[in-house]
Amino acid sequence: MQIHKYDTVIVGAGGAGMRAAIEATKRSRTAVLTKLYPTRSHTGAAQGGMAAALANVEDDNWEWHTFDTIKGGDYLVDQDAAEILAKEAIDAVLDLEKMGLPFNRTPEGRIDQRRFGGHTRNHGEAAVRRSCYAADRTGHMILQTLYQNCVKEGVEFFNEFYVLDLLLTEVDGVKHTAGVVAYELATGEIHVFHAKAVIFASGGNGKFFKVTSNAHTLTGDGQAAAFRRGLPLEDMEFFQFHPTGIWRMGILLTEGARGEGGILRNKDGERFMEKYAPVMKDLASRDVVSRAIYTEIREGRGCGPEGDHVYLDLTHLPPEQLDAKLPDITEFARTYLGIEPYTDPVPIQPTAHYAMGGIPTNVQGEVLSDNTTVVPGLYAAGEVACVSVHGANRLGTNSLLDINVFGRRSGIAAAEYASTHDFVELPEDPEAQVIEMVESMRDATGNEKVTDIRKALQETMDTNAMVFRTEQTLKQAVEDIAELKRRFQRVSVQDKGKRYNTDLLEAIELGNLLDLAEVLAVSALARKESRGGHYREDFPNRDDVNFMRHTMAYREVGDDGTETIRLDYKPVVQTRYQPMERKY
Amino acid sequence: MSTATVDNNHSAALDAAESTDAHLITVTLRVRRYNPEVSDQASWVDYKLEMDPKERVLDALHKIKWEIDGTLTFRRSCAHGICGSDAMRINGRNRLACKTLLKDINPEKPITVEPIKGLAVLKDLVVDMEPFFQAYRDVMPFLITKGNEPTRERLQSSEDRERFDDTTKCILCAACTSSCPVFWNDGQYFGPAAIVNAHRFIFDSRDEAAEQRLEILNDRDGVWRCRTTFNCTDACPRGIEVTKAIQEVKRALITRRF
Ligand SMILES: Cc1cc2nc3c(=O)[nH]c(=O)nc-3n(C[C@H](O)[C@H](O)[C@H](O)COP(=O)(O)OP(=O)(O)OC[C@H]3O[C@@H](n4cnc5c(N)ncnc54)[C@H](O)[C@@H]3O)c2cc1C
Ligand code: SF4
Ligand code: FES
Repeated sequence: MQIHKYDTVIVGAGGAGMRAAIEATKRSRTAVLTKLYPTRSHTGAAQGGMAAALANVEDDNWEWHTFDTIKGGDYLVDQDAAEILAKEAIDAVLDLEKMGLPFNRTPEGRIDQRRFGGHTRNHGEAAVRRSCYAADRTGHMILQTLYQNCVKEGVEFFNEFYVLDLLLTEVDGVKHTAGVVAYELATGEIHVFHAKAVIFASGGNGKFFKVTSNAHTLTGDGQAAAFRRGLPLEDMEFFQFHPTGIWRMGILLTEGARGEGGILRNKDGERFMEKYAPVMKDLASRDVVSRAIYTEIREGRGCGPEGDHVYLDLTHLPPEQLDAKLPDITEFARTYLGIEPYTDPVPIQPTAHYAMGGIPTNVQGEVLSDNTTVVPGLYAAGEVACVSVHGANRLGTNSLLDINVFGRRSGIAAAEYASTHDFVELPEDPEAQVIEMVESMRDATGNEKVTDIRKALQETMDTNAMVFRTEQTLKQAVEDIAELKRRFQRVSVQDKGKRYNTDLLEAIELGNLLDLAEVLAVSALARKESRGGHYREDFPNRDDVNFMRHTMAYREVGDDGTETIRLDYKPVVQTRYQPMERKY
Repeated sequence: MSTATVDNNHSAALDAAESTDAHLITVTLRVRRYNPEVSDQASWVDYKLEMDPKERVLDALHKIKWEIDGTLTFRRSCAHGICGSDAMRINGRNRLACKTLLKDINPEKPITVEPIKGLAVLKDLVVDMEPFFQAYRDVMPFLITKGNEPTRERLQSSEDRERFDDTTKCILCAACTSSCPVFWNDGQYFGPAAIVNAHRFIFDSRDEAAEQRLEILNDRDGVWRCRTTFNCTDACPRGIEVTKAIQEVKRALITRRF
């Protein structure tokens, strides 16, 4: 075991973690711990763009962007946070350009912008060009640019270090941040990082679904670690299903494809979105489009031998436009489906994409231990966090924005906290919980396999907790997950070694997914309304009287060791926008 | 309501893509295994698998790891050619396992899978990436400008932006560098990937440190070591014209124009 001491420790080197690191490194002694090499982070998979009302190509302003974000989130968005997001978007994009990001350009040499779902002119009049982009590789360019600037600033990385626990020490009855515990993949060694401030930037948790755009490594380790330590998770029932994933594989085809003029069609060739969203059509918000696709499929208008998908049609767009604006996704269609998108429509289905919920924070990125109390020294930013700027449904291009705005804010706030506070003592045996977790998994001799439990988890989540939910399906999911958690007690791994034991870590990641899936299902069961990404067929309407509030889920351990999830609720921050019916 | 005739003129390719009858075939994956915790010798191990030919080599590796032998170790994350984790030598050629479909590499014969060459093997398909990233960091892979920052964005014409587009696509997978015979023989050589990333800045109209980077690459371990074997260009999963980029850097060194 080794002990390290840093002012600020950042968990994760995706967009949020590296944006925070660039700020924190300038202001405090900072370490970035990441289970992947920074450039392997899933921010690199983002395609379509990053929103900012630059008004480079047409009239736009941050107030319209704020409104769209709140409406897109079905009024579950904290409006003060949305305003910050939209206002600071402009500098966030300009900062990236100054750091070297190669955006596509207008004929005048300015940053070019394109249309994206839910982003409108003057409160919904028509689609607006707000997304700043670099072909369909915006996330790749952001990740590369941020890594380049981390190299420039001399940011200190600990690559292939898996953070498995958060350390909190009670001082005068208040839990303070003391650091984290990490497992080094190369050696199997345990490292305790004693820190004044910790920022979680460890990304999403979509891997509990089968059809997903998420990487194998998006297993919610940060959310799960915080939850195990008694911190709440906010709005976990809100998960976004992106309309256009490659059929059965889930690989994303950006909404930018529809922004460039792509059209969704059913088996009769009908542009069905005209029925569901007369104004915005194919560019309505994602939850609306995903439900429309499944409605077409359920009513027998799906494509293919089993009628289980629809088409994304790009065939009417000039090949030069596809080559210039959508080169990667057209290549995905060629590589993985063997079809030519110049001439063939692409089979697609909704794919599990983005966690709106996460570790609750305020607008400085400070983590909350209940509705109002801050945990001193603890921060979270990016997909792991819930500020909440996305509410019940995130607008496309608002996450790349979120990771930059709130990554930067939390980096500054954490480093400032670290430079004005002393270390709190480490708790006794700081490594104990991780050693127990790792050793018991390594030594286990049970007869259950990780792969079987993970498959069963993904099956039940896809069947019972996806685009359409009911009390019955969610109860089934809760039951299935409980049973899978029991089976997980008997899981064992084959690799008993210390060196690069990914077998062991996959088991630990599965444990995290099981915990978080349970929170999702339990939170969803209690939310007896439909809002944004959470659609209950048995309660098809939004219910502002009873449910205009954030879910806060806590893990409770009884005296006899039994674990339960307790649900509480937190009011939504409303400033100037009154809830209205959401139409596109 | 607008309708198109997409369904009536299905191409054979689309029909094949949508077909749901999986006809599984038996493939043999012959994997180079090495675990110094167990033995200091590497060895080939064969695995027979029932696979759909439309699946990826990565899927086959997962099948082994998840169902047959959990100790098989490799890196991966995104599974669709974007993160650069899983470059490996497949049938003697550097590729990403997640971008290589079984049907595209003749599944009739055993498929060999081994770690990329020129970097120390740590376990099975996992190699030490540190020297690779060090060479990358050595070329100063970040925008360097002089004078005050503008308040808005720097202007750049579409033509100037296009000039270095190809080399912005790099995902640092190391397929190119580890396919280069010069790099195999001399680990000191910067290698194609570092040069690609230097190119990305040398030819960016906003950057003002091209001279410095060129000097770094003028070194005896720099661009002049390249013998234009084109292995790197063939290996690049992002379709970057790596050799061309290296040639452009060489030319810039001679003419000092970029
Ligand atoms: C295919 C795809 C396309 C997208 N397109 C867009 C788009 O066009 N526009 C948009 O706004 N949004 C888009 N999104 C969403 C957006 O890309 C993500 O939400 C965002 O990039 C998340 O960034 P992050 O920094 O929070 O996490 P990530 O980039 O996922 O980074 C997580 C980091 O945490 C580290 N980590 C995880 N667990 C641990 C652990 N236990 N210990 C140590 N480190 C750990 C990882 O190594 C990694 O470095 C897209 C998402 C996907 C999947
Ligand atoms: S140039 Fe191509 S092969 Fe080389 S590291 Fe970059 S993406 Fe990989
Ligand atoms: S797993 Fe990401 S490139 Fe292959």
